Amino acid sequence: MTQHITIDPITRLEGHGKIEIFLDDRGDVERAILQVPELRGFEQFAVGRPVEEMPRITPRICGVCPTAHHMAATKAVDAVFGVSPTATARKLRELIYNAFFFEDHILHFFFLGGPDFVVGPQAPAAERNILGVLAKVGLDVGRRVIRIREDARGIMAYLCGKAIHPVCGLPGGVAKGLDEEHRVKFLGTAREAVEFAEFALGVFDDVVLKNKSYVDIVVGDAYTIKTYYMGLVDAKNRVEFYDGDLRVVDPEGREFAKFKPAEYLDHIAEHVEPWTYVKFPFLKKVGWKGFREGRDSGVYRVAPLARLNAADGMQTPRAQVHYDRMYAVLGGKPVHHTLAFHWARLIEALQAAERMVELLEDPAITGTDLRNLPTAIQGEGMGIVEAPRGVLIHHYSVDEKALVTKANLIVATIANAAAINMSIEKAAKAYIKGGQISEGLLNMAEMAFRPYDPCHGCGTHAWPGGLPTVVLIRDHTGAAVRTLRN
Amino acid sequence: MNPEPFEPRLVGFLCNWCSYTGADLAGTARLAYAPNVRIIRVMCSGRVDPQFVLKAFKEGADGVLISGCHPGDCHYQEGNYKALRRHRLLLRVLEQFGIEKERFRLEWVSASEGPKFQQVCNDFTAQVRKLGPLNLDGNGGGRHA
Amino acid sequence: MPEGKPKVAFYWCSSCGGCEESVVDLAEDILAVTAAVDIVFWPVALDFKKKDLEALPDKSIAVAFINGAIRMSEQEEMAHLLRRKAGLVVAHGACAHLGGIPGLANFWDKSAIFRTVYHDTVSTDNPAGTEPQTESIVDGKTLTLPEFWDTVRPLDAIIDVDYYLPGCAPHRDLIIKAVTAILEGKLPPKGSVLAPNTSCCDECSRNETKPEKMSIKEIKRPWEVIIDPQTCFLAQGLICMGPATRGGCGERCIEGNMPCRGCMGPTDQVFDQGAKFLSAFASILDSNDEKEIERLVGSIVDPAGTFYRFSLPSSLLGRKRKEARP
Repeated sequence: MTQHITIDPITRLEGHGKIEIFLDDRGDVERAILQVPELRGFEQFAVGRPVEEMPRITPRICGVCPTAHHMAATKAVDAVFGVSPTATARKLRELIYNAFFFEDHILHFFFLGGPDFVVGPQAPAAERNILGVLAKVGLDVGRRVIRIREDARGIMAYLCGKAIHPVCGLPGGVAKGLDEEHRVKFLGTAREAVEFAEFALGVFDDVVLKNKSYVDIVVGDAYTIKTYYMGLVDAKNRVEFYDGDLRVVDPEGREFAKFKPAEYLDHIAEHVEPWTYVKFPFLKKVGWKGFREGRDSGVYRVAPLARLNAADGMQTPRAQVHYDRMYAVLGGKPVHHTLAFHWARLIEALQAAERMVELLEDPAITGTDLRNLPTAIQGEGMGIVEAPRGVLIHHYSVDEKALVTKANLIVATIANAAAINMSIEKAAKAYIKGGQISEGLLNMAEMAFRPYDPCHGCGTHAWPGGLPTVVLIRDHTGAAVRTLRN
Repeated sequence: MNPEPFEPRLVGFLCNWCSYTGADLAGTARLAYAPNVRIIRVMCSGRVDPQFVLKAFKEGADGVLISGCHPGDCHYQEGNYKALRRHRLLLRVLEQFGIEKERFRLEWVSASEGPKFQQVCNDFTAQVRKLGPLNLDGNGGGRHA
Repeated sequence: MPEGKPKVAFYWCSSCGGCEESVVDLAEDILAVTAAVDIVFWPVALDFKKKDLEALPDKSIAVAFINGAIRMSEQEEMAHLLRRKAGLVVAHGACAHLGGIPGLANFWDKSAIFRTVYHDTVSTDNPAGTEPQTESIVDGKTLTLPEFWDTVRPLDAIIDVDYYLPGCAPHRDLIIKAVTAILEGKLPPKGSVLAPNTSCCDECSRNETKPEKMSIKEIKRPWEVIIDPQTCFLAQGLICMGPATRGGCGERCIEGNMPCRGCMGPTDQVFDQGAKFLSAFASILDSNDEKEIERLVGSIVDPAGTFYRFSLPSSLLGRKRKEARP
């Protein structure tokens, strides 16, 4: 008797998503599918808009990572006008961007992903949230998280108008500068951020790495898939968030491709399925072979672990120490264990904090040359950044009045969409056998997708309460047999 | 399908001092003209808020006319110039909404220009009749769904 | 949970999540609020099932904060359900209030959007011409998706809305004031927008720099000029929606040295924000000469997309005219 399990809605990731799990006659998992039931159509309604407005329109793709869209859009607009930011503007953009990376990653770890580990995957659902984390690490820590996040967002709000939907990006620079008083104040915040990131890594070490049963889960096969990895790197192949080349490594860790943003179309294409509104990016030179792992499948992964896999190191000294340690502990590069995304995320948060300090220690950041004014319209431009959740591509074509004629957006989380499906299916297959379904299913399935920190607002929603998941089990006639909820 | 020939429903905002008086004159002079324009008297063409124009279209008008004093003759000095600027800008916006510019007309008709008012009404009616009903929602209802 | 605490629900429709984020940005202030209410429904954080919501007595939820515009069938269903179960419904944020940025899709329809997204975008590889379906079969199993409507609507086009909390995203002070007012039972008349009834210009730090008679000779786009951080944007020839936009947002964009784009919507007396701004902006164009006026007006790019940036679904026309069905 075939059964069909629906988990609806998915929580703490896609605002709207459901998982369908299909069992075969033996009660083993045959297929698991994550459906995204939402579309807004930014690629269409961008058409006709003045291109310099795109950095103010596209952040509304996501209210959790609006800064990523703002920056990708601003860079694409730079390219449309054939201008680069001034030296000062470049520093300011990088400051804003690293502040954003830091606070976004920290929030995810403490409010969202962290509870899986800090409290433990076997813990009751009611405790696997920020309150459980606070009980484990102390209320003071909770207040520190809130405050450091507020301070980092204060830097973004000061320079960019608002933390939610920033406004300052213009072709050739930014709209607002930094004075000495604020440089000093923000430098204090940046130094605290470095300390806090080290502290968070310490928490991870105490709670996860020193606990053998967690480590076993991390390296276990249920949460491991072998894919290609893509990330932005600087000239020395180090992890880079704001600007660089894209590098892809294969499942054995060898460089497979390295290309400039303007060449992305030679390497990335998107596949369409009828059962979900999102598209699935894949590597063109390998081809779309379905939801499969391995060298022969064009599925690739992005975001923290992928970035560290695709690079040769970090840009900053303290982060580098942790990078070396992670690979030493997990058995070398590349690491395929999905749960290691949580670790890589904290290492990136540390780099972001260290970069903030570097940028703010440079007195030139208070310069007044904020814009290179465009003198011509180039016609087409790509802007690629690393969003916290992965490679983000904005590509615009414009007419002679610099109005958008075409827009192509490949949004970070989407590049992981295929991998998320595969991760869920693998975890489901490992934990559901012979028709035996238990509460553990909920925990284990959720743990398969949360490391990706899929975007769309959820990253912040771990206020008191349980994990709102419902598992509805129906038999082959569609009649409800059992309902499980946590 | 409506077998009756299409009769445009037109709304006309006429300024009190010039155009409304001019329309009156057409009436008293017994000049025959198309009866399709529903007249609304305003004190000045500059009083016409673009919201009125949009509301007229939304409520089923196939065309909207604003008529005021000739440039330089506005009873309130500048009102008709504002109407001119608003009209030109609203035409651009209407174009983006898929509404043909021929459906929104600005004319200058003075108090003594009865025959001109007659000609404007006949012209505008014929022009909109050729365009067909506005039919905003594509259903033939004329009202936006 | 102690008895007697009012029940509160949050839900998101066609949303970016920024309004949810704005609640989290209350930071430590939210602790006082969460101590005073019982959050019973917040799909992203709490145990939620549609059946649980359906099982609640009608009107048993004190307030439902609904953000996001209505663009898909599932969102419409949820809006109706929440309306039945909640005593008060607050349209939270610009999308629920006005339609928001997703409302720009109303210059197109479903088939145009699907054509672009699933076929014409340069990186899409779809030789079979696949499109998402409300029902599809995969390996013999049936999968369903909600329907994508042609037209984006604000929340009050679907259900009766008690209050509006404007902004994209709403300023934290407005959120705190709104929640406090609800908890203390000190609410303005039904249908009110929970923000001051004055325009942005009223509280703008650049108001004093406006000339006696504002008069625009040339219109500039933000990319063309170095924007003066002190002078009124309109006086610099830059389009700023301040005059037609409600204040109370903290002028954050202005402080970021960029002009207002109207996310708070209009003041109470206005039906159509874009038309009102058009009226004001046309009034201050500096010319009485027909040819010069036409030149100035011609130099404004994308007027509809600028004046209706956040408010297209709630405007008088609501969407671009549809082609007549045969």
